[in-house]
Amino acid sequence: MSATCDLHAIPPGAFSRRDVLKAGAAGAGLVLTIGLAGCQKPGRARGERKLITANAWLRIGTDDSITFLCDRSEMGQGVYTALPTLLAEELGVDPRRIAIEFAPVGDAYKNGAIGAQVTGGSTSVRDAWTKLRTAGAQAREMLLAAAAKEWDTTAGTCRVENGEIVSPYGKRLSFGAVAEAAAALPVPKEVALKAPKDFQWIGKPLNRFDTPAKVDGSAIYGIDVKLPGMLYAALAQPPMLGGKAKSVDDAAAKGMPGVRHVVHTSSGVAVVADSWWQAREARDALKIEWDGNGTAGLNDGAILRGLMQASRNAGLVARKEGDAEAALKAAARVVRAEYQLPLLAHATLEPQVCTADLRADACDLYIPTQSQAAAQAAAAAAAGLEAKQVNVHTTFLGGGFGRRLEVDVIAAAVEASKATGKPVKLLWTREDDTTHDAYRPPAFDTATAGFDREGKLIAWRLHLTGPSITARVFPGAVPTGSVDPFCVEAAANYPYDVPNVLVDWVPHEVGLNVGYWRSVSHALNCFVAESFMDELAISAGADPAAFRRALLAKQPRYLEVLDVALRRAGYDTPAEGRFRGVAVMEGYGTYMAQVAEISLVGGKVKVWKIVCAIDCGQTVNPGIVTAQVESAIVFGLSAALWGEINVQGGRVQQTNFHDYRVVRLTDMPVIETLHVESDNPPGGVGEPATALVAPAVCNAIYAATKRRLRSLPIARHQLA
Amino acid sequence: MLTINVNGTDRSVDVDPETPLLWVLRDTIGLTGTKYGCGMALCGACTVHLDGQPIRSCSTPVGSVGKARVTTIEGLSPDRSHPVQKAWIELDVPQCGYCQSGQIMSASALLAATPKPSDADIDAAMSGNICRCGTYQRIRAAIHRAAELAGDKP
Repeated sequence: MSATCDLHAIPPGAFSRRDVLKAGAAGAGLVLTIGLAGCQKPGRARGERKLITANAWLRIGTDDSITFLCDRSEMGQGVYTALPTLLAEELGVDPRRIAIEFAPVGDAYKNGAIGAQVTGGSTSVRDAWTKLRTAGAQAREMLLAAAAKEWDTTAGTCRVENGEIVSPYGKRLSFGAVAEAAAALPVPKEVALKAPKDFQWIGKPLNRFDTPAKVDGSAIYGIDVKLPGMLYAALAQPPMLGGKAKSVDDAAAKGMPGVRHVVHTSSGVAVVADSWWQAREARDALKIEWDGNGTAGLNDGAILRGLMQASRNAGLVARKEGDAEAALKAAARVVRAEYQLPLLAHATLEPQVCTADLRADACDLYIPTQSQAAAQAAAAAAAGLEAKQVNVHTTFLGGGFGRRLEVDVIAAAVEASKATGKPVKLLWTREDDTTHDAYRPPAFDTATAGFDREGKLIAWRLHLTGPSITARVFPGAVPTGSVDPFCVEAAANYPYDVPNVLVDWVPHEVGLNVGYWRSVSHALNCFVAESFMDELAISAGADPAAFRRALLAKQPRYLEVLDVALRRAGYDTPAEGRFRGVAVMEGYGTYMAQVAEISLVGGKVKVWKIVCAIDCGQTVNPGIVTAQVESAIVFGLSAALWGEINVQGGRVQQTNFHDYRVVRLTDMPVIETLHVESDNPPGGVGEPATALVAPAVCNAIYAATKRRLRSLPIARHQLA
Repeated sequence: MLTINVNGTDRSVDVDPETPLLWVLRDTIGLTGTKYGCGMALCGACTVHLDGQPIRSCSTPVGSVGKARVTTIEGLSPDRSHPVQKAWIELDVPQCGYCQSGQIMSASALLAATPKPSDADIDAAMSGNICRCGTYQRIRAAIHRAAELAGDKP
């Protein structure tokens, strides 16, 4: 948060030259802003450090400091390390020398894979792969040209070496020494990028840059923001989703120690005090009569009945090959099954939090967000300002998982700052967070398949029903009558060699806000598709892995990860009392197979090991890929074993970690991650591994018990 | 006014004695390395040492601390040189990092009591600390590594 460059101190017109162009070769809509960003405060003596803005991501100081503006949020997935590595590789500097700040809102920082400044969809490296290397290479070429000019030679005879330019005669100039001259040069339109064999940093083991600050308590998360004069707020939100306060008796609360204000906000009643604990204590002393706003009839049974009813309708077609309906009618044998999935909470360990500092003509927002521009817009709307008057300062995120794509914490913080005239940090309790999430959507799906007389699988039909997240979060993005692509992941890309395939989806809203949850619909649909593939194998009297292998003959990347995982797991030789289950999937451009090994003791499932083979194309940081695979598996395992949000009378029933159970160290299986070498473009790694866990574990449970689990969580089923 | 000893320094704080130690550390004293996660001693993010014993500061009234010495992540070492911190860095344990202050405080208390912990010892000592990023596998490895590093000390 400590900016080396005080942006407010830049006088208008300090950007003496502004050169904006589209990078030709990159093709990713790269916009470079080049100029002399005089960052020194007016009146500062000459000779002091100057910061030169080389491009949107890179500042070089005349003192040889190099700063990377990280335009993706660091929520544990490693962008704070991987992204500067990409730029440094081409710039020609040890990435560990680079200081990192989080970028403000800006057009240059839009995620090309999404079209907005968003960290999500396992896109960060995929979007940055060419973009940031190109930006690094362009800056390098300009620094080379500036140094060559100084030496009266040609750039082609010079080279870069860890932050310096070296002349053909061995003379050296640091980046800082020539940065100012370099910034005045034209940005090269075409730059050559290194061949992978020449990579010095990309694909090599490199420790994370955020680790030191995360082992001594110094990393600043949203909850840690402190501003001069700041007050603290706790928020009473309607216990019924979508409810409103009818009447508020705040007399007792106002009399409590430290309480300064009680503010009626658009999302509940905020108590603002000198400390958060005082605010929270006083919040609990508010006497509020709530109006359920018509959501009192919302409950699990009604949600499921609604989904089942909607499932009778024809769906919107996401994938069609051949004629699955006709093939099913003609089939010698048909297998059909129904699957259902519950609502889930994200449960980021850092609850939702936002600090707003609203003044007459500007607002500073300090927030752990995955969506900077949306946060800016939400604050502007609440403040009555224009978006450009809101400065968004992104902190480290205490978990993201899709939860922080939501901007629901912002308005109340801004409104509290407005009412008090002070900076206000609004923090939700764990209970607030669990009961006011944007939940992973529930689903009710039917799967049907047909075999011919020779036992060949000739038809696959997946009929999905559930709500669209995208339609709510990005209004207009899912036109009526069109398929939401984020509802048919791991379904529309059905990989098996079957001549007649039909995948369709019935949109059905369930009466509460649903949100993006790590791996989004992959986790729903992979459970259905890969469980049902297991059912088909069993019904055909085949081994589930062999059954899949035979149908993946034309899919070399699927086949390879499956074979690697099977070999490593010793699939054919399980130990006594241990059982294996398999799942495969492609998601985010990454191919993956998992083999889960379980046993059952007294009806309780013990997951001993999960082997995961991954082909995610070229990698930037192999250690982070492994960490993300493990992380995603643990996240998926919590959901598979216990994850379930129940709603009764419009109220979410779970509140904290005692009734929303998550994996702890004692529950951990051994996770083995196997990288399959690949020179394909990078795939996403933050999410896909989450989706395979439930089907792999449930398929292992079938192997152990001959019981097919067609709903989650596993804990809901009596297995004894 | 209450006086508590935090990281070797006496601190006088003007708070209700019922206030959880966590919020006194964070909001009154300004030591924000200790985190809030659940408020019910369920997640371990708020773990600090009280006379060397790991406790959940979210559920410990500051008035009950008395003369006991409070150690937070900021007081574990001045320069990340505690064997647990060194092992955590070497193995790149953290991901989002939010739970890690609590994990490190639990792990350092374990090693102080049990210099060469078994996997079962680690399970018992660390099961109160939730990590939503799922860094558990590296946490276990890093505790074993920290035991080695501590053993190497002259």
